[in-house]
Amino acid sequence: MSFAKSKKPTAFDWVNYSLVLLISLICVFPFLYVFSVSFTDPEVYVPLKFYLFPEKWSLDAYRYILSTNSFLNAFKSTVFITVVGTALNLIVSFTFAYGLTKRTLPGYKLILGFVIFTLVFSAGIVPNYLLIRELGLINSYWSLILSSLTNAWSLIIIKSFLESLPSELEDAAQIDGCSDLGVFWRIVIPLSMPAIATFTLFFAVAHWNTYFNALIYLTDSNKWTLQVLVKTLVIDSNSSAAAGAGASDESVMPQETIRMASIVLSMLPILIVYPFLQKHFAKGVMLGSVKG
Amino acid sequence: MEQPVTAASPSKAHSVSLWSRIVKHRTIYLLMLPGLLFFIVFKFGPLWGLLLAFKDYNPYLGFAASEWAGFDHFSALFADPNFYVMLRNTLAINLLGLIFNFPVPIVLALMLNEIRHETFKRINQSIVYMPHFLSWVVVASMTYFVLSADVGIVNKIIVSWGGDSVSFLSQVNYFWAMITAQSVWKEAGWGTIIFLAAMAGVDPQRYEAAVVDGASRWRQIWHITLPAIRPTIVILLVLRLGSMFDVGFEQVLLMMNPLVLSVAEVFDTYSYTRGILQGNVSVGVAVGMFKGVIGLVLIVAANRIVKKTGQEGIY
Repeated sequence: MSFAKSKKPTAFDWVNYSLVLLISLICVFPFLYVFSVSFTDPEVYVPLKFYLFPEKWSLDAYRYILSTNSFLNAFKSTVFITVVGTALNLIVSFTFAYGLTKRTLPGYKLILGFVIFTLVFSAGIVPNYLLIRELGLINSYWSLILSSLTNAWSLIIIKSFLESLPSELEDAAQIDGCSDLGVFWRIVIPLSMPAIATFTLFFAVAHWNTYFNALIYLTDSNKWTLQVLVKTLVIDSNSSAAAGAGASDESVMPQETIRMASIVLSMLPILIVYPFLQKHFAKGVMLGSVKG
Repeated sequence: MEQPVTAASPSKAHSVSLWSRIVKHRTIYLLMLPGLLFFIVFKFGPLWGLLLAFKDYNPYLGFAASEWAGFDHFSALFADPNFYVMLRNTLAINLLGLIFNFPVPIVLALMLNEIRHETFKRINQSIVYMPHFLSWVVVASMTYFVLSADVGIVNKIIVSWGGDSVSFLSQVNYFWAMITAQSVWKEAGWGTIIFLAAMAGVDPQRYEAAVVDGASRWRQIWHITLPAIRPTIVILLVLRLGSMFDVGFEQVLLMMNPLVLSVAEVFDTYSYTRGILQGNVSVGVAVGMFKGVIGLVLIVAANRIVKKTGQEGIY
């Protein structure tokens, strides 16, 4: 609204801006609180006080966490699952979605029907778990990677993105004798870079944040991912403290600062990439609605 | 592509042409192979497991040798008082979702759309989208640090003002409200994107004309912005109704504790507890299957309604 820009802010604007600011503060507040406690010096930390900014800064909680094997192991596992999983997600999703744009393909309707069926019906938690067990994938990171190679939502969005690409280039390349594989690799993939960027992030965030599947597929605590570890550190120790169990453990380091530091570390990769990629994410949501 | 597709004998014209079409597309099939294998193994493989809902699964006998049980697990499920508790919890959480989670993004999108200062708008958008990217583990952990009786900041404030701390997380009365508030906090900002995109499509000249006619900001919102997003609202509302059986499973599982079980248990958590933790595989499968089938009926109906309105459905 370029024309409106020159106008002076009205009472309407003041109220609106204040409300939006308030909502943003509500979104930011838990981050701020967790951050500031995690950086608070354990020596000056008083459990019954609340902190918006650390009175005395300290990295002790981080030093402690990063010195524990369980955290480093979980971090490495999660990075492995995220990197390998995302790479395979992209390969499987884009090749399959490309096939779904070929409406003349024999069996097209059947294959698309399969995909849509999985969108509206899932066998449920127990059958999925039994399958992973039958395949011998319990306690293997491949259980998490293979069971989420692609999904119907992403395929439908990528498919409609690919269909929105100009078909003239593909036709021209084919007339020039380019093979199907050549068309896919030299024409379709380079044109799909915005969608690839977006989905890299979607897939990576999904892998990084996976909790339940990691909980049931990785039963060996040496194999835990970050989310499972953080859940155990923060929520389980919290409820045991509520039951009065953890009271004897009056060590130098208050549990709270360590727990908050583990939360911060577990979301750090996302917080770091977020400001740069937020724009892509927002665009990605709209990719699928190209058709309107 | 120059393939020798016409070399086959012409006697079985139809099947030959089908075969030749398949051969012609062989690279495409090859590209689709990993995805096809994935769907066959990981999406259709588990469907066999549904048969266990009609058997008395015994791990020693195995899948095939376990005795058939007919619909016993389902009739036991419907006779179980837990079933009605789960049904009530599912519908209550979804009803609150419909009242709060659904309209909040619309209102927030309208507010953001009225911001004329581009930088201010962009910064606030970035902030409100952020919680969407956090895992439920992180959101649940933050909730503990905000609301729990011993370390929660809200209770620290209450105590410092001389009040008694309230155990928000272990009281039956607060559970649904807390789940709803969590979902709103996490997803409301992200939910604005689709509405903001629809609002961006409005011709600015319409607002200019409205201003010339003396329309206030409220009237502009009411007569121009809202009608522009009405189709989006209708589609999302219908689809929301179609997923009334879905509850954020990880979220509920993380916030659940024995004290609030009576208001927190939903079909998925029950299926997990019975089927995996307690090893009653057939019961777990039956509960999951019941939920899946009702969900299927609802979403197919919702999609049909959306298509009736002349819009594109989800498929």
